[in-house]
Amino acid sequence: MADPIHQFEIVNLVPLFKVGSTEFAITNSAVFMFTAVVLTALLMLGTTLGRQLVPGRLQSMAEVTYEFVADMIRSTAGEEGLRFFPFVFSLFAFVTFANVLGIIPYTFTVTSQIIVTATLALLVFLTVIGYGLYSHGLGFFRLFVPHGIPGYILPFVVLIEIVSFLSRPVSHSVRLFANMLAGHITLKVFAGFVAGLGTLGAVGWAGATLPLIMVVALTALELLVAFLQAYVFTLLTCIYLADALHPGH
Amino acid sequence: MAQEPQAITPTQAITEHTPATEHGGGFPPFDAQTFPSQLIWLAICFALLYLMVSKAVLPRVSGILAARRAKIDSDLADAARLKGDADAAVASYEKALAAARERAHAIATETREKLTAESEAHRKAVEAELADKLHAAEAQIAAGKTKAMANVRGIAVDAASAIVARLADKAPTAGAVDAAVDKALQR
Repeated sequence: MADPIHQFEIVNLVPLFKVGSTEFAITNSAVFMFTAVVLTALLMLGTTLGRQLVPGRLQSMAEVTYEFVADMIRSTAGEEGLRFFPFVFSLFAFVTFANVLGIIPYTFTVTSQIIVTATLALLVFLTVIGYGLYSHGLGFFRLFVPHGIPGYILPFVVLIEIVSFLSRPVSHSVRLFANMLAGHITLKVFAGFVAGLGTLGAVGWAGATLPLIMVVALTALELLVAFLQAYVFTLLTCIYLADALHPGH
Repeated sequence: MAQEPQAITPTQAITEHTPATEHGGGFPPFDAQTFPSQLIWLAICFALLYLMVSKAVLPRVSGILAARRAKIDSDLADAARLKGDADAAVASYEKALAAARERAHAIATETREKLTAESEAHRKAVEAELADKLHAAEAQIAAGKTKAMANVRGIAVDAASAIVARLADKAPTAGAVDAAVDKALQR
């Protein structure tokens, strides 16, 4: 019987070396991370080799992707936000390709691993703190003191702001992880129905068409979710980076 | 869609995957054993991706976009310049046309005036000639008339002398006949 959790297992494909009890190997996760990098290279570099003045379809894809991320940064963090363009673009490309690759059957979804999404979210979080302190010094902490709040409730507001700031990496990473995980489990469960009912003979075959239709529909939905969650992850990154650029609200 | 509940029976879903999670021995995404390896691969891949994006991807695409913008701007500037040229050409053409029209008008007016003056002069000359001829004719007529009148007087004198001679059988004196004829012609 199909196990909906089995797809999230890390498999060592080529063992490399061991440190203590921890084994390092080329894993299925590593393969798909590299695939995401290679696909980004193909999309952005392979299609722009010609540097055509009037772009063809493929070059247009690269340009549209570029403009999409650039506009996202400009609309949330302003022109100064473009200093983080390489970082935001890398995040967007990595998460998008990891999400979309995962929809293909028999592949591994890198972003369904909490350690991956948490690392990326923490990277954003630490970048915000690091850049905020570097460019604004202690003025960065004005982020926690909103304007126009009466003095007597200010301590509570500051407390709430600090808690919400600290919880950002959690919500940022869990949102992506949980969406990917839940979507893939649902897909696998319905696909399991198809296989399970298929063993029951003619009646089962007839019954299996319904979950099969569901699997097709869910795959389309998951494709949407893959892009949407990559977009949301990147957009939140931009919004958080805007805080580092303009902490005074 | 009416049979959908059959497809997503909740009990079925639970019975299918609950045992699976348990016999799998831990939930793979939370298996800390895999974290170091994943972190290292993520660090390698993301660093690689970041380097590629910042050193190659963004400079190239922004170069393409900037080149296009520059090309469009220069083309627009060229178009504006050419349009200015065309406008200037049209303006100078219209100016030349207006000047030519004016000149043609002037020539026409001048010619007309010249012709009018010529015909006027010609007419005057003809009129003068005719007037001269008229005067000459009038003079001739007057001369003829005077001469005729003189003849008429001579005839009248002769006739009067003859009439008087026949009636009175006596020739009148020339002085008396002249006076009588003059008196008669006076009436």
